[in-house]
Amino acid sequence: MNVQALRLKKRHRIASAFKLFCLSVTCLAVAILGILILEVTLLGLPWLNFDFLTSFPSRFPEKAGILAGLAGTLWLATLTAAIAIPIGVLAAVYLEEYAKPGRVSTFITINIANLAGVPSIVYGIIGLAIFVRFLGLDRSVLAGAMTMSLLILPVIIIASREAIKAVPSSLRQVAFALGATRWQVTRDHVLPQAMPGILTGVILALSRAIGETAPLIMIGALTYIAFVPEGPMDEFTALPIQIYNWTSRPQQAFHELASAGIIVLLLVLLIMNATAVWIRYRGSKNKFM
Amino acid sequence: MSQTASEIRLTRARGRPLEQALRWLFFACAAISVMTTLAVVGVLSVETFYFFQQVPAVDFLFGTRWTPLLEPKSYGILPLLFGTTLIVIGAAIVALPVGLACAIYLSEYAGNRTRDLVKPILEILAGIPTIVYGFFAITFVTPILRTLIPSTEVFNAASAGIVVGIMVLPMVASLCDDALRAVPNALRDGAYSLGATSFEVTAKIVVPASLSGIFAAFVLAISRAIGETMAVTLAAGATPNLTLNPLESIQTMTAYIVQVSLGDTPAGTLSYQTLFAVGAVLFSMTLILNLIANAIMNRYRDVYE
Amino acid sequence: MTQATEVLLQASTVSIAYGDQLAVKSVTLPIYQHRITSIIGPSGCGKSTLLRSFNRMNDFIDHVTLTGEISFNDQNIYAPDTDPVAVRLNIGMVFQKPNPFPKTIYDNVAWAPSINGLKDNMDDRVEQALKQAALWDEVKDRLHESALNLSGGQQQRLCIARALAMNPLVLLMDEPCSALDPVSTARIEDLLFELKEKLTIVIVTHNMQQAARVSDFTAFMENGVLIEYGPTETLFTNPENQRTEEYVTGRFG
Repeated sequence: MNVQALRLKKRHRIASAFKLFCLSVTCLAVAILGILILEVTLLGLPWLNFDFLTSFPSRFPEKAGILAGLAGTLWLATLTAAIAIPIGVLAAVYLEEYAKPGRVSTFITINIANLAGVPSIVYGIIGLAIFVRFLGLDRSVLAGAMTMSLLILPVIIIASREAIKAVPSSLRQVAFALGATRWQVTRDHVLPQAMPGILTGVILALSRAIGETAPLIMIGALTYIAFVPEGPMDEFTALPIQIYNWTSRPQQAFHELASAGIIVLLLVLLIMNATAVWIRYRGSKNKFM
Repeated sequence: MSQTASEIRLTRARGRPLEQALRWLFFACAAISVMTTLAVVGVLSVETFYFFQQVPAVDFLFGTRWTPLLEPKSYGILPLLFGTTLIVIGAAIVALPVGLACAIYLSEYAGNRTRDLVKPILEILAGIPTIVYGFFAITFVTPILRTLIPSTEVFNAASAGIVVGIMVLPMVASLCDDALRAVPNALRDGAYSLGATSFEVTAKIVVPASLSGIFAAFVLAISRAIGETMAVTLAAGATPNLTLNPLESIQTMTAYIVQVSLGDTPAGTLSYQTLFAVGAVLFSMTLILNLIANAIMNRYRDVYE
Repeated sequence: MTQATEVLLQASTVSIAYGDQLAVKSVTLPIYQHRITSIIGPSGCGKSTLLRSFNRMNDFIDHVTLTGEISFNDQNIYAPDTDPVAVRLNIGMVFQKPNPFPKTIYDNVAWAPSINGLKDNMDDRVEQALKQAALWDEVKDRLHESALNLSGGQQQRLCIARALAMNPLVLLMDEPCSALDPVSTARIEDLLFELKEKLTIVIVTHNMQQAARVSDFTAFMENGVLIEYGPTETLFTNPENQRTEEYVTGRFG
């Protein structure tokens, strides 16, 4: 059995080496995140001050600020939320509560799954052709919001459907047995129960929308504006576009400005994601059963 | 207030118009997704059709010079395809092995505490906007590459490819993790009880049993890499270049689309319509890949028992 | 007949706990070579836990602690320098639900030898193992078909063949027939008599009649405690312990 013993040693060595390899690779992936955040913070933190947050872009880095981008992103997020959330949630309600399982329902589901995988720039192209040109909305915040809504609609629908599916059917049965209509059951029982899951999905979808650049470039969001939008038909810029603009300049100072902008963007996303986690946590304490 | 039996009506007196109306409203919301698909397919098809009336499809698909904005104009898309391919190869080299190894570690080796730590970190990596990755490529990856290999150009495919790989990595890890965890423990038990080491069980039983899920993950990752825009726009360059050298400046399909829309090309011109033609190719490629991934997951769903 | 032979595998005052829940309480159980020993008892009495400890399969469950000693060939299999892989090469296992690999019949049996570098004469090895498991005649013409196409009983015999391919000295069987129909069960029981000449078998079963039919020695456990252990005939017809008598006459469990 001595050959066996030698072979065993070798096999064990290979097993340990493999485990070490997988562990190292995982640590590498985690480390990359650390490096990324470190680099951005080191470059950008010195530029992050009140003036930065309240100034408009400028040819002179010292005077440049992110106000226009921040305002534009807030406008965009609000409008997109106002458009996409109702449509997305109600679409999910239809598919889960009203639609009979069958060809139509399956077709819509497949459609949504495919749309979720379409590159964001294609949504930009559609937004350009339909909202900007055909509907004549030009380079407005509204056009941007409508384009972004199309982009995140599949994500909202899929997440909301999961949340609604998770509501136990016994809850619906009880409500129906009391003589309620389908809408009453949905409005008063299913939706409230599914709300934490829906909100989580919505927030994650919105944070994706906030970080997207390509569709906004396509519909013509400007890269250099010195004003804050005052209405949905105004032209606008957004945080990621501003970051893109600064990053694409060769001067080091603008790169540092860009990283300051990135810090602001990541902070906004962090707040949103933390809210989503908090909602998920709060929601899991309030379940029906 | 109690009613006598004869007073109770069981039929709907008014047909509940509100309910009907709401049902139609909700259906309309769901139908918007179908309309979106129609819009995408419609817009791209129509514009591409007009484009092909002026530029033969063969010239477009197989031509090797892409200069739609400069004289002499040429509309061969191959340089853009090569550019996209270089990025995809770079991303695949980074994301596929690393993602799979991470998934193997998380699924087969890591304890619960490690999983609870690493999985959120991967989710965070997945949520970072692509513009940040573009920034990272220009300010971190490219300088390092140029130090290591001085012949690297300022804009190059390798930086962008690496960074797109990092971006896609969490998705690969997550999907592979799902595929590995779907393998029933009974299979692992059987293998271990035969006197196998963890490497043998993992590499020769578990991974082969989840191969179709892993493969679907790879296909989806490639689809995302193809559609990536901002990192490649910033880092890879704006030079359509029929090359396989990753150290050179190239242009991807997505970067070209951005270039056109940022420029002054007037709407309605042929040069402008290239935007839609390239968009159509891009959309078709990602759609086909996504359908393949879905087909793999559905039809060849891993069977264990 | 049921004479005690040399003790090959021995549990000595073994206690096994999941966290702070004791599943096996101070069990001493000698397993005799070339005999079939069955462990019976009501659900949850700890028999499977004890069985799995014989080939260190409990290592894969979190928070399991084992006190006492389990020795194989007079070596403590839980000693710090013992290689669990080596243990499992000598002590094989068949599980409750057949779990063939999603590979061909041939590859299922050939897998363990191949990872041990025993690639010569693989065809003979596979044939030997399948014959020992009384499956050869049924599959010899379709060795390269998927194992998942076999019936439940055939799959379980394949799992037995797979376990036998490395010629272990002991075969542990955890309720191997509970997922099978009576005909398949009978075939596997017949098989055990043949295997006993080369191997030592420990079989956990909740089916008392099976234990009575098949085994030479029977251990009765309840609540983690070994209540009685002795030659099967004696335990069933003339048990010493009243609890044993109540169980085997079907008064509980």
